[in-house]
Amino acid sequence: MSNLTISDLHVTVETPEGPKQILRGVDLSINSGETHAIMGPNGSGKSTLAYSIAGHPKYEVTSGSVTLDGEEVLEMSVDERARAGLFLAMQYPVEVAGVSVSNFLRTAKTAIDGKAPALRHWVADVRESMDALRIDPSFAERNVNEGFSGGEKKRHEILQMELLKPTFAILDETDSGLDVDALRIVSEGVNRAKENTGLGVLLITHYTRILRYVKPDFVHVFVDGKVAEEGGPELAERLEAEGYDRFLAKA
Amino acid sequence: MTIDNPVLSTDHSQASADEAHSHGGPAAAGASYADRFASTDPAAFEAPTGREEEWRFTPLRRLRGLQEDAAIDGSGIQVEISAPEGVVVEQRPVEASDRGISGYVPIDRVSARVWASTAEVTVVDVPAEAEIAEPVFLTVTGQGEDTATAGHTLIRVGAHARATVVTFFEGSATFAENVEIVVGDGAALTVVSYQDWARDAVHHSNAHAVIGRDAELKHVSISFGGDLVRHDTTAVYQGPGGGVELLGLYFADAGQHIEHRLFVDHNEPKTRSNVLYKGALQGQDAHAVWIGNVLIRPEAEGIDTYELNRNLVLTDGARADSVPNLEIETGEIEGAGHASATGRFDDEQLFYLRSRGVPEEAARRLVLRGFFAEMINKIGVPAVGERMLAAIEAELEVAMSGELGVEA
Repeated sequence: MSNLTISDLHVTVETPEGPKQILRGVDLSINSGETHAIMGPNGSGKSTLAYSIAGHPKYEVTSGSVTLDGEEVLEMSVDERARAGLFLAMQYPVEVAGVSVSNFLRTAKTAIDGKAPALRHWVADVRESMDALRIDPSFAERNVNEGFSGGEKKRHEILQMELLKPTFAILDETDSGLDVDALRIVSEGVNRAKENTGLGVLLITHYTRILRYVKPDFVHVFVDGKVAEEGGPELAERLEAEGYDRFLAKA
Repeated sequence: MTIDNPVLSTDHSQASADEAHSHGGPAAAGASYADRFASTDPAAFEAPTGREEEWRFTPLRRLRGLQEDAAIDGSGIQVEISAPEGVVVEQRPVEASDRGISGYVPIDRVSARVWASTAEVTVVDVPAEAEIAEPVFLTVTGQGEDTATAGHTLIRVGAHARATVVTFFEGSATFAENVEIVVGDGAALTVVSYQDWARDAVHHSNAHAVIGRDAELKHVSISFGGDLVRHDTTAVYQGPGGGVELLGLYFADAGQHIEHRLFVDHNEPKTRSNVLYKGALQGQDAHAVWIGNVLIRPEAEGIDTYELNRNLVLTDGARADSVPNLEIETGEIEGAGHASATGRFDDEQLFYLRSRGVPEEAARRLVLRGFFAEMINKIGVPAVGERMLAAIEAELEVAMSGELGVEA
């Protein structure tokens, strides 16, 4: 059983007008196998939380801590965080020209495991995951994210998550821009990873739609850079019916 | 980068402040490429001062007087020839060489002086309809002599023939040359000029290519070595339907000046050109210059052209100048576009790779290899690709050693 604890996290981002406070004291704790939905209106700081945990250089943590099984994540480099077991499925995955998906996946797997994967098993694993996510085999030879549609990019993110087998995954609006079929395929991938590896999931989303397929154990509502309300799945249902208006009115 | 808009599409999304850029038209500086003065008489050219448009990027004091009156009568060059059966490669006296058959007339003082100093021409002759699978290899090795050496190469491929000609440049030299390339009707030729010079070499080269009706020329320029490399490549068409692909790859290290000047003269209808030059720069005063001129003449209806230059600046202190220049004199074209982008390592790319556990250094290598991978595929000559890969790896060693102040 692993645990990821975020305590009193304050984060600023550099803007032309000077540093701007985005996160104002976030507290959150998640265990292996749990799914926490983080919901909230645009600009509430959901993505900032995701990128801060992953270590994006644009975000500066001014106070607070993030610990993975007691180890301070904030002291780790970006790649150390990944090797420690954290994964961020990005909302806008980046193109990497001249680097094939297959090379990229193998390089990442080798880095995460500290040794190259046994070739035969690896090829079979990749094929199986690609099949399950309905990713055409030809994608293995395409350059990373180059010319991928929005849905293909998201499925490629989930493919990486399945193969790299992190302890905790942060899904940053993985559901946005997906049609119903793609949403179902991506959700099945998340559920498979939970079942197979006991993955803990921080599911960042603006909408409740994906929560029909990936059942959250806890729901946290983000407003103005911190958690405004917490509860079980019923909170998501309430948000579905009422929207974010009552939080915005309060803020 | 994908650019879909076929007409005058231009992409400045990653342009750096270092970058000059012009859009052609009569007012643009240097747009008079079509009317370049040409003469075989060196005295017809003033010695350049560096204020001229075509010389403004070149560090003239490092040209070792080639542009003035320094002797170009050295014999500091050895040429080794490896030619497959069916190709004639010979060094002939100028009088017996058909020099000038491409219509080339020197366009600057250096090339006119080279013309005047040339005694022998290296002639590569591929007969009509010959299909030569193996490349012709010329290895030009500098012997370290201080006196400049003149060279002239004439590559002539007969109608419907196919061939590949690769020249490797190695060693130390001050070498100035003229190159003529004649591609017969329906023929396909790949020419590779691979600068693997020692660090102190100076190489001035003017190449002139004539592409026959429905013929294809792929011209590849690869530069790793040398102190000052300045190459001018011109392509003109002799009949409709011809295509030219100008590819370049360069890696400029501290103090190196690598300059490519290109001119595609669309003087015939239905002709095509595609220009792709990619370079990386690292170290103090590494300098790359790319000037891409394309002229579409009134008679050149239905042509298609695209040119792209990309520079990856790996460290502080390096500078890339990139000037695409498109001059359009007819409205009846299939497509005409250009783009130029000079950027640093993309932080978002590095973050993406590192967020998958790949350590920073390995991530940089991956991005750099990826940057050049496309070129290696496009060049399509295995012997050249292998050598390039090894050279890129060696450059990466320099890049990763940290001595150049690569940002952490």
